[in-house]
Amino acid sequence: MISVAVDIASVLIGLAMLLAFWRLLRGPDIVDRVIAIDTLYINACTLLLAYGIAGDSALHFEASLVIALLGFLTTVAFAKYLLRGDIME
Amino acid sequence: MRVKEFLLSFLIVAGAAFCFLGSLGLARLPDTFTRLHGPSKATTLGIGCMALASLVWFTVTRREPSVHELLVIVFVALTTPISAHMVARAALHRRLPVWRGEAPPQ
Repeated sequence: MISVAVDIASVLIGLAMLLAFWRLLRGPDIVDRVIAIDTLYINACTLLLAYGIAGDSALHFEASLVIALLGFLTTVAFAKYLLRGDIME
Repeated sequence: MRVKEFLLSFLIVAGAAFCFLGSLGLARLPDTFTRLHGPSKATTLGIGCMALASLVWFTVTRREPSVHELLVIVFVALTTPISAHMVARAALHRRLPVWRGEAPPQ
Protein backbone atom coordinates (compact mmCIF):
# COMPACT_ATOMS: atom_id res chain seq x y z
CA MET A 1 0.00 0.00 0.00
CA ILE A 2 2.81 2.40 0.87
CA SER A 3 4.79 1.49 -2.25
CA VAL A 4 1.70 2.24 -4.38
CA ALA A 5 1.36 5.60 -2.58
CA VAL A 6 5.02 6.39 -3.27
CA ASP A 7 4.52 5.48 -6.95
CA ILE A 8 1.52 7.85 -7.21
CA ALA A 9 3.52 10.55 -5.41
CA SER A 10 6.46 10.12 -7.82
CA VAL A 11 4.18 10.57 -10.83
CA LEU A 12 2.49 13.66 -9.31
CA ILE A 13 5.78 15.31 -8.33
CA GLY A 14 7.29 14.47 -11.72
CA LEU A 15 4.37 16.24 -13.42
CA ALA A 16 4.80 19.16 -11.01
CA MET A 17 8.51 19.44 -11.89
CA LEU A 18 7.64 19.36 -15.61
CA LEU A 19 5.15 22.22 -15.11
CA ALA A 20 7.73 24.25 -13.16
CA PHE A 21 10.34 23.51 -15.84
CA TRP A 22 7.92 24.70 -18.53
CA ARG A 23 7.53 27.97 -16.64
CA LEU A 24 11.33 28.17 -16.27
CA LEU A 25 11.71 27.92 -20.06
CA ARG A 26 8.78 30.16 -20.99
CA GLY A 27 8.54 32.70 -18.13
CA PRO A 28 7.99 36.18 -19.60
CA ASP A 29 10.20 37.86 -17.00
CA ILE A 30 13.28 36.76 -15.07
CA VAL A 31 11.27 36.90 -11.81
CA ASP A 32 9.04 34.10 -13.15
CA ARG A 33 12.15 32.03 -13.77
CA VAL A 34 13.36 32.63 -10.20
CA ILE A 35 9.96 31.47 -8.87
CA ALA A 36 10.18 28.40 -11.13
CA ILE A 37 13.61 27.47 -9.70
CA ASP A 38 12.22 27.95 -6.17
CA THR A 39 9.33 25.56 -6.97
CA LEU A 40 11.71 23.06 -8.59
CA TYR A 41 13.92 22.72 -5.55
CA ILE A 42 10.97 22.36 -3.17
CA ASN A 43 9.61 19.60 -5.43
CA ALA A 44 13.02 17.90 -5.45
CA CYS A 45 13.06 17.96 -1.63
CA THR A 46 9.62 16.36 -1.50
CA LEU A 47 10.58 13.69 -4.05
CA LEU A 48 13.72 12.83 -2.06
CA LEU A 49 11.66 12.47 1.14
CA ALA A 50 9.28 10.12 -0.72
CA TYR A 51 12.21 8.03 -1.99
CA GLY A 52 13.58 7.92 1.57
CA ILE A 53 10.29 6.40 2.73
CA ALA A 54 10.26 3.91 -0.15
CA GLY A 55 13.88 2.80 0.26
CA ASP A 56 13.82 2.99 4.09
CA SER A 57 17.06 4.96 4.18
CA ALA A 58 17.76 8.07 6.25
CA LEU A 59 20.40 9.22 3.75
CA HIS A 60 17.82 10.77 1.41
CA PHE A 61 16.67 12.99 4.23
CA GLU A 62 20.09 14.63 4.58
CA ALA A 63 20.20 15.33 0.83
CA SER A 64 16.73 16.87 1.07
CA LEU A 65 17.82 19.16 3.91
CA VAL A 66 20.93 20.28 2.00
CA ILE A 67 18.87 21.04 -1.12
CA ALA A 68 16.42 23.09 0.98
CA LEU A 69 19.28 25.13 2.53
CA LEU A 70 21.08 25.81 -0.76
CA GLY A 71 17.83 26.54 -2.60
CA PHE A 72 16.80 29.16 -0.06
CA LEU A 73 20.18 30.86 -0.36
CA THR A 74 19.91 30.75 -4.17
CA THR A 75 16.48 32.38 -4.19
CA VAL A 76 17.57 35.11 -1.76
CA ALA A 77 20.70 35.80 -3.81
CA PHE A 78 18.67 36.06 -7.05
CA ALA A 79 16.10 38.38 -5.43
CA LYS A 80 18.85 40.54 -3.95
CA TYR A 81 20.57 40.73 -7.34
CA LEU A 82 17.31 41.74 -9.05
CA LEU A 83 16.64 44.43 -6.43
CA ARG A 84 20.11 46.00 -6.23
CA GLY A 85 21.96 44.81 -9.33
CA ASP A 86 24.57 43.43 -6.95
CA ILE A 87 24.73 40.63 -4.38
CA MET A 88 27.41 41.92 -1.97
CA GLU A 89 27.42 45.66 -1.48
CA MET B 1 -1.21 -1.65 11.36
CA ARG B 2 -3.81 -1.06 8.64
CA VAL B 3 -4.63 2.30 10.18
CA LYS B 4 -0.97 3.32 10.22
CA GLU B 5 -0.50 2.26 6.58
CA PHE B 6 -3.63 4.14 5.53
CA LEU B 7 -2.52 7.29 7.38
CA LEU B 8 0.97 7.12 5.87
CA SER B 9 -0.33 6.58 2.33
CA PHE B 10 -2.77 9.46 2.78
CA LEU B 11 0.01 11.79 3.97
CA ILE B 12 2.33 10.80 1.09
CA VAL B 13 -0.34 11.27 -1.60
CA ALA B 14 -1.58 14.52 0.00
CA GLY B 15 1.95 15.96 0.07
CA ALA B 16 2.53 15.08 -3.58
CA ALA B 17 -0.89 16.46 -4.55
CA PHE B 18 -0.21 19.78 -2.82
CA CYS B 19 3.14 20.05 -4.63
CA PHE B 20 1.40 19.31 -7.93
CA LEU B 21 -1.30 21.93 -7.27
CA GLY B 22 1.31 24.56 -6.40
CA SER B 23 3.22 23.89 -9.61
CA LEU B 24 -0.04 23.90 -11.61
CA GLY B 25 -0.72 27.36 -10.17
CA LEU B 26 2.78 28.42 -11.19
CA ALA B 27 2.18 27.24 -14.74
CA ARG B 28 -1.39 28.46 -15.21
CA LEU B 29 -1.99 31.71 -13.27
CA PRO B 30 -2.03 34.95 -15.28
CA ASP B 31 0.61 37.31 -13.83
CA THR B 32 3.81 37.17 -11.81
CA PHE B 33 2.27 38.08 -8.45
CA THR B 34 -0.44 35.39 -8.63
CA ARG B 35 2.17 32.93 -9.89
CA LEU B 36 4.30 33.72 -6.84
CA HIS B 37 1.46 33.09 -4.44
CA GLY B 38 0.55 29.67 -5.85
CA PRO B 39 3.71 27.64 -5.16
CA SER B 40 4.90 29.54 -2.08
CA LYS B 41 1.95 28.32 0.00
CA ALA B 42 0.88 25.05 -1.59
CA THR B 43 4.34 23.51 -1.90
CA THR B 44 5.15 24.44 1.72
CA LEU B 45 2.10 22.45 2.79
CA GLY B 46 3.17 19.64 0.43
CA ILE B 47 6.68 19.29 1.85
CA GLY B 48 5.19 19.58 5.37
CA CYS B 49 2.86 16.62 4.70
CA MET B 50 5.68 14.57 3.16
CA ALA B 51 8.10 15.27 6.03
CA LEU B 52 5.36 14.35 8.52
CA ALA B 53 4.87 11.06 6.64
CA SER B 54 8.64 10.44 6.79
CA LEU B 55 8.63 11.20 10.54
CA VAL B 56 5.80 8.72 11.18
CA TRP B 57 7.43 6.07 8.95
CA PHE B 58 10.86 6.17 10.63
CA THR B 59 9.29 6.36 14.10
CA VAL B 60 7.24 3.22 13.36
CA THR B 61 9.90 1.14 11.59
CA ARG B 62 12.94 2.01 13.74
CA ARG B 63 10.87 1.88 16.97
CA GLU B 64 12.47 5.07 18.27
CA PRO B 65 11.32 8.68 17.95
CA SER B 66 12.71 10.28 14.79
CA VAL B 67 12.46 14.04 15.19
CA HIS B 68 14.94 15.35 12.65
CA GLU B 69 12.25 15.63 9.96
CA LEU B 70 10.85 18.44 12.10
CA LEU B 71 14.01 20.31 11.05
CA VAL B 72 12.85 20.29 7.41
CA ILE B 73 9.31 21.37 8.34
CA VAL B 74 10.47 24.26 10.54
CA PHE B 75 13.17 25.35 8.09
CA VAL B 76 10.88 25.40 5.05
CA ALA B 77 8.05 27.06 7.01
CA LEU B 78 10.47 29.80 8.13
CA THR B 79 12.31 30.40 4.86
CA THR B 80 9.57 30.21 2.21
CA PRO B 81 7.78 33.42 3.36
CA ILE B 82 11.13 35.25 3.44
CA SER B 83 12.10 34.23 -0.08
CA ALA B 84 8.56 34.93 -1.38
CA HIS B 85 8.70 38.40 0.19
CA MET B 86 12.06 39.16 -1.42
CA VAL B 87 10.96 37.90 -4.84
CA ALA B 88 7.74 39.95 -4.60
CA ARG B 89 9.80 43.05 -3.77
CA ALA B 90 11.99 42.37 -6.80
CA ALA B 91 8.86 41.99 -8.98
CA LEU B 92 7.47 45.31 -7.65
CA HIS B 93 10.84 46.97 -8.25
CA ARG B 94 10.81 45.81 -11.88
CA ARG B 95 7.23 47.20 -12.32
CA LEU B 96 5.87 43.97 -13.80
CA PRO B 97 2.35 44.07 -15.34
CA VAL B 98 -0.51 43.32 -12.93
CA TRP B 99 -3.49 41.21 -13.99
CA ARG B 100 -6.75 43.21 -13.76
CA GLY B 101 -9.15 41.63 -16.25
CA GLU B 102 -9.95 38.50 -18.17
CA ALA B 103 -7.06 38.35 -20.62
CA PRO B 104 -3.56 37.65 -19.30
CA PRO B 105 -1.12 40.58 -19.71
CA GLN B 106 1.52 40.12 -22.36
